[in-house]
Amino acid sequence: MKERLQAIKEACFAKIEAAVGMDVLNEIRVEFLGKKGELTSVLKSMKDVAPEDRPKVGQLVNDCRAAIEERLEAVRSALAAKEREEKMKAETIDVTLPAKKSQRGHRHPNNIALAELEKVFIGMGYEIVDGPEIEKDYYNFEALNIPANHPAKDEQDTFYFNSEMLLRTQTSSVQAHVMEQGKLPIRVLCPGRVYRSDEIDATHSPCFHQVEGLVIDKNITFSDLKGTLAVAATKLFGADTKVKFRPHHFPFTEPSAEMDVSCFKCGGKGCRFCKGSGWIEILGCGMVHPRVLRMSGIDPEEYTGFAFGVGLERITLLKYEIDDLRLLYENDTRFLKQF
Amino acid sequence: MNTSLSWIKAYVPDLDCTAQEYTDAMTLSGSKVEGYELLDKNLEKIVVGKILSITGHPDADKLIVCQVQISADGETVQIVTGAHNVSEGDLVPVVLDGGKVAGGHDGSPLPEEGIKIKKGKLRGVESCGMMCSIEELGSSKEMYPEAAEDGIYIFAKDMYPDVKPGDDAVSVLGLHDANIEYEITSNRVDCFGVIGIAREAAATFGKAFCPPVIKETGNNEKASDYISVEIKDADLCKRYVARVVKNIKLAPSPLWMQRRLQSNGIRPINNIVDITNYVMEEFGQPMHAFDLDTLAGHKIIVRRAEDGEGFVTLDGQERKLDSSMLMICDAEKSVAIAGIMGGENSKITDNVQTMLFEAACFDGTNIRLSGKKLGMRTDAQAKFEKGLDPNTAMEAINRACQLVEELGAGEVVGGAVDVYPVKREETRVKFDWERTNRVLGTNIDKATMIGYFEKIDLKYDYEKDEVIVPTWRQDVLGQEDLDEEVARFFGYDNIPMTLPRGEATMGGNSFEQIIEDKARDFAESYGFSEAMTFSFESPKVFDKLLIPADSALRTVATIQNPLGEDYSIMRTLPINGMLTSLATNFSRRNKDCKLYEIAKIYLPKSLPLSDYTDERTELTLGFYGEGDFFMLKGVIEDYLEHIGMKKVVTYKNEQEHPFLHPGRQANIYYTGKVIGYFGEVHPAVSDNYGIGEKTYIAVLDMPVIVPMASFDVKYKGLAKFPAVSRDISMVMKKEVLAGQIEEIIRKNAGKFLESYHLFDIYEGAQIKEGYKSMAYSITFRAADHTLNDEEIGAAMSKILSALAKLDIELRQ
Repeated sequence: MKERLQAIKEACFAKIEAAVGMDVLNEIRVEFLGKKGELTSVLKSMKDVAPEDRPKVGQLVNDCRAAIEERLEAVRSALAAKEREEKMKAETIDVTLPAKKSQRGHRHPNNIALAELEKVFIGMGYEIVDGPEIEKDYYNFEALNIPANHPAKDEQDTFYFNSEMLLRTQTSSVQAHVMEQGKLPIRVLCPGRVYRSDEIDATHSPCFHQVEGLVIDKNITFSDLKGTLAVAATKLFGADTKVKFRPHHFPFTEPSAEMDVSCFKCGGKGCRFCKGSGWIEILGCGMVHPRVLRMSGIDPEEYTGFAFGVGLERITLLKYEIDDLRLLYENDTRFLKQF
Repeated sequence: MNTSLSWIKAYVPDLDCTAQEYTDAMTLSGSKVEGYELLDKNLEKIVVGKILSITGHPDADKLIVCQVQISADGETVQIVTGAHNVSEGDLVPVVLDGGKVAGGHDGSPLPEEGIKIKKGKLRGVESCGMMCSIEELGSSKEMYPEAAEDGIYIFAKDMYPDVKPGDDAVSVLGLHDANIEYEITSNRVDCFGVIGIAREAAATFGKAFCPPVIKETGNNEKASDYISVEIKDADLCKRYVARVVKNIKLAPSPLWMQRRLQSNGIRPINNIVDITNYVMEEFGQPMHAFDLDTLAGHKIIVRRAEDGEGFVTLDGQERKLDSSMLMICDAEKSVAIAGIMGGENSKITDNVQTMLFEAACFDGTNIRLSGKKLGMRTDAQAKFEKGLDPNTAMEAINRACQLVEELGAGEVVGGAVDVYPVKREETRVKFDWERTNRVLGTNIDKATMIGYFEKIDLKYDYEKDEVIVPTWRQDVLGQEDLDEEVARFFGYDNIPMTLPRGEATMGGNSFEQIIEDKARDFAESYGFSEAMTFSFESPKVFDKLLIPADSALRTVATIQNPLGEDYSIMRTLPINGMLTSLATNFSRRNKDCKLYEIAKIYLPKSLPLSDYTDERTELTLGFYGEGDFFMLKGVIEDYLEHIGMKKVVTYKNEQEHPFLHPGRQANIYYTGKVIGYFGEVHPAVSDNYGIGEKTYIAVLDMPVIVPMASFDVKYKGLAKFPAVSRDISMVMKKEVLAGQIEEIIRKNAGKFLESYHLFDIYEGAQIKEGYKSMAYSITFRAADHTLNDEEIGAAMSKILSALAKLDIELRQ
């Protein structure tokens, strides 16, 4: 019996050795371990074995089955690994074929610049507020210390609906609205559209955007204005950015200043971009004129404040080196997709 | 304002700085220099040479060979030239070998790097340097009228008696100078004259300020015997000063005066005109000269014009006047438009014998408005507009008379006729030096501050702590103006940088802005790029969009003074901007264009406009190319869901939007309110815009949406029990809408309804004419148990019986 089992095992191993595919392995399994297989027939002949020898023979048969199964499994997994390998080989792709992208839209560059600006000032505790574009003469001019007949009020700059109502020429018009609410201290940023009667060309547009900042509190100083804008400039244009303040004149601030930043193209050495000066003019600012405070019901003896105004398009054009303002309002997707 | 640096240095003699140093310092002290032009740019190694001999060129008829002495000790060089205006003995500018000139002799634009001159051979004869024309020296015949028309500049003996070979020719010509361009702010009226700027320069550099000393002039006659002056409209004329000059000898003014005028951009004419312009540039006070013999009654009357009066100005133009404009008149007629331009009838001609000088102070606003009405803008007008100091008038007219005497242009009659109803006096401003430090954030001592004031002639009254403000500084009105004076002379750069302290504030965007930003993110995730279009447009837009004549949308805010009709009305709907942008892209062959815009429309509450309009922010989506109606619908629903509007959105085609396809448009409803609309653009409208593809547009009204949006999300447990689905297939009339079926499902499915979706829609061969089939899959689920057949059966039978009422049959 022992010899017979050994013979079966050897015959089986030989076949396994020669097997070339999964299906052949399955045939071998049926042939040896199946219901009509050789090992099964050995078990069937157990009745011829003496009862006292049966456990021993049974053990032998089980050992033989286990040996065959183990061998079968080893070869099967080797074969499977080989087959997978071949399959993967066949599946090799050209990784340089074009990518499949979903078509995402693009933000308008003006609003990318604005979002950056807002982020900087929100971080410093500024609230973003909105105001009307069609504005009353009072808020656009008088409340900003620009009395009747001031040259800045001249019709050539301002679009009027009638003597009362106009299109705001500056986001500074939001100042008085905010101050009149009577909530102090004030730290606001007011972005929005403004309008001036300028013919459309590469650097002018009758409709454009400004961002106004206003801070009013006790003990606000000109040095606070400088510090605030210097911090903002480094956040917007890079840590190495230097700022320069020059005296200027605005009716609603006194002292007033214009701020230049060191040219972010050449770092201040002077280039075509900054017209050789190393500086780029970026915004107007100043201490809120006491008369402006008083008109909006704030006591200039108790409170002081500063204000600044940035032309958003100016920042956008500089930031992205766009040479024609008109591109911003044409909405050609070949332009928009670059941002 | 442009002026030469040398003119400033004439009044600040100790000023020793380069044009760049001047620019930097003046800009930082508040007189912004826009730029400068160096007159000696690229002029190197240029000396005065004396032509000792001229001989012909052996091989060229048109060239001559000159021996030129180029130093005091007799050194000579040989120069070959093609110029023919030189003679032996002439003194000329010579650029030596290795030197540079600014440009070519034809006066074409100057090359950035200049032109290098090296010795070489001209037709075989050695030439060592070049004799220069005025153009090669970077200047022009306008600045140097004595220069030859087309040839070498020759130093005239009468003009340059002391010049000798070897001298620096650039210096002799006064070209070591710079033309400075300023941007003077409107509050600094005093700086629209050279004297004002010079005072600032002296203060900025800490040098002595030496303005011209005005001497008494005139013979022992009296001007008042020649002329009388009456101001009838004193509100528009604060002062009128007249002086008389007789025996006038018209001649060109001296070169120094011509050059200074040229550098300020003014063309020299003759000594009298040049003197008026010179004084205007120097003091910022415009002047006018009348031919006294043309003034009837030898009388000046200052009064308003008659309505409809015609007047010929000295440029020969006929002007139409009205009674808002101020005129200078004689006893019979108008002779000048005050402050703007003189008249043809009284102008100085070559035959002038006696002349009246006018220096007046007119109301700036009136001059500005009159100039605008007349469409005129003269140099004088530009100065008057700023609002002049009436006290300057007398100084200026005396200066002019002094120049008349110095130049020998005529005999000045003694005295002046001065009508000055209300003298403007200097003012006083209380000064609190500690407040200045508090506002600036500085720690400057009082004496330093007062020192700054005194530098610019603001005197200090120590007893009263008041600053005495001279009348030319009309801008210094209060403490804050003094703060600025301190700041600019202390140096803005020297003020420290700090951050505001005090009560902390919560920064942030408003909820509305957050909802708008979400819209941006969402639109972009669907491939829409952000557009920006103008807020104003043409009234013709309404016809283009097929908006009926009686539509409320045509109630618009109209700009009184638009840039043109195309920009004259404030938009009441955002469609035109979007379609125009899409059309731009279509015409440029950009494929699959998707745009969105978040911007305002402006709805007047009443007309004429007397109050704020309803400014409504609209989200507009538009596209052509890839995508369709239902894609757009998906974007809308997705967005609404994302901003927390999770209830059912419904749609009704109410054919309300004439610019949309009547069969392919819908109003969007949320909890019973219209929140927007969308659809396919009407083909006729697409044609009007020239978009040759199907175009779709959606508009969401943000003011309605924002209060409905919410980010208040609460977690719901994940389903533990299985869902059960039932499919129904129905046949119905074509007119029945999916929305109706869905409404029935929603209303009848009961509390276990989880979702439903349309999975098949069919019209065609197997379905009878005028009918269609639709199939829905309806899913039920309970949170707390597995649904049984009875529960689902009950729900389904309710749905089916409701459907049956709509004459919908279940398909077998």
